[in-house]
Amino acid sequence: MNPRRKQRLAAVGIVGVLVFGAIGLMLYALNDSIDLFYTPSEIIEGKQGQIPQVGQRLRIGGMVVEGSVNRDSQTLDVSFDLIDTGPIVTVEYNGVLPDLFREGQGIVATGVLVSPTKIRAQQVLAKHDEEYMPPELAEKMKGIKHVKPSDVDTYGNGGN
Amino acid sequence: MWKWLHPYAKTENAYALCNTLLPWFWAGTCVFLSVGVVWGLVFAPQDYQQFESVRIIYIHVPSAILSMGAYVAMAVAALVGIVWQWRTAFMTMIAIAPVGAVVTFVALFTGAAWGKPMWGTWWIWDARLTSELILLFLYIGVIALYGVFDDKQQAGKAAGVMALVGVVNVPIIHYSVVWWNTLHQGASISKVDKPDVADPMLWPLLICLAGFAFFIAAVSTVRLKSEIVRREMHRPWVQKLVSNDGVSSDAI
Repeated sequence: MNPRRKQRLAAVGIVGVLVFGAIGLMLYALNDSIDLFYTPSEIIEGKQGQIPQVGQRLRIGGMVVEGSVNRDSQTLDVSFDLIDTGPIVTVEYNGVLPDLFREGQGIVATGVLVSPTKIRAQQVLAKHDEEYMPPELAEKMKGIKHVKPSDVDTYGNGGN
Repeated sequence: MWKWLHPYAKTENAYALCNTLLPWFWAGTCVFLSVGVVWGLVFAPQDYQQFESVRIIYIHVPSAILSMGAYVAMAVAALVGIVWQWRTAFMTMIAIAPVGAVVTFVALFTGAAWGKPMWGTWWIWDARLTSELILLFLYIGVIALYGVFDDKQQAGKAAGVMALVGVVNVPIIHYSVVWWNTLHQGASISKVDKPDVADPMLWPLLICLAGFAFFIAAVSTVRLKSEIVRREMHRPWVQKLVSNDGVSSDAI
């Protein structure tokens, strides 16, 4: 390689290292802000020593606790508990839940913290994992029975 | 070791190489894309929790992976152009850029169309979606910057620097779902472990991926050919090519 090319390659390399370093440090500094949601334990125990204040608008993400979904039979009001590694936060919501919403499913809710362990949500989104498989396989592996939403009254006591 | 590459710094040789490769790219596109898309969209099983909606994966995942792949290819071309000052390298860079931009748009669009029924929203500013959107802006930036200069070698240098700097975004996109918590799920196939996609869905997905790759390669090659001809219009070999084409098309 002739010296001029070597020089240019070195320049590109140095600039590359600087750019990667700068962006890396920026992202590291912004780390907490880039996270999409708080987990239930972060809401209760705090994240980086900061516990979210009551009245703060935030997003929470966690698993819906089995058996914790309470639906109002007259309105669209629903409440459920979210869990990650221990602490539980209750979410209250009024509206239509996404199709993927179910007990044991990961969800992300946006709302206001009304008490240290309760969130009044304006939006509930379903999160799914990166596993894709046909229904028969899921039944075999996870014991999940394949039920089409249209075939079953998924809204429990609500009904049509 | 890289000596065999040197002839392709000449536009004439690069053009000839394009002509050699192009039929293979189109053949690969026809075979893999048709088999993959039909298999994926018609015959592959539905998902246990997403049902038929999961079929968007056969468009979304290949376009998302290759939006990054095309970017890396473009950046490699930019690096060669900047360090070795190959004109053909900058031509390759700008040939790939709009193709990559369209693929990125397809990834974002199919992602939104998939997100609405599954997550419940078209868009959310999580790390994965935002960094992929930035990738689209980077592509557009490269194209725009290249368009600003009248001297195309100068344009190549400027846009090339931008393309190279933007490479930092590629690992960010890939690891966004690992480093931060996001609504987007983790990687299904582009990881070291065994993919988390069941075999009857994985095969059509991989075939679609190959089909998309061939298609992107084919379209980029066509664009490179036309870029070479446009830039070398006054060179004797292009003049000869044009007059030859004229003769043969007259004969037909």
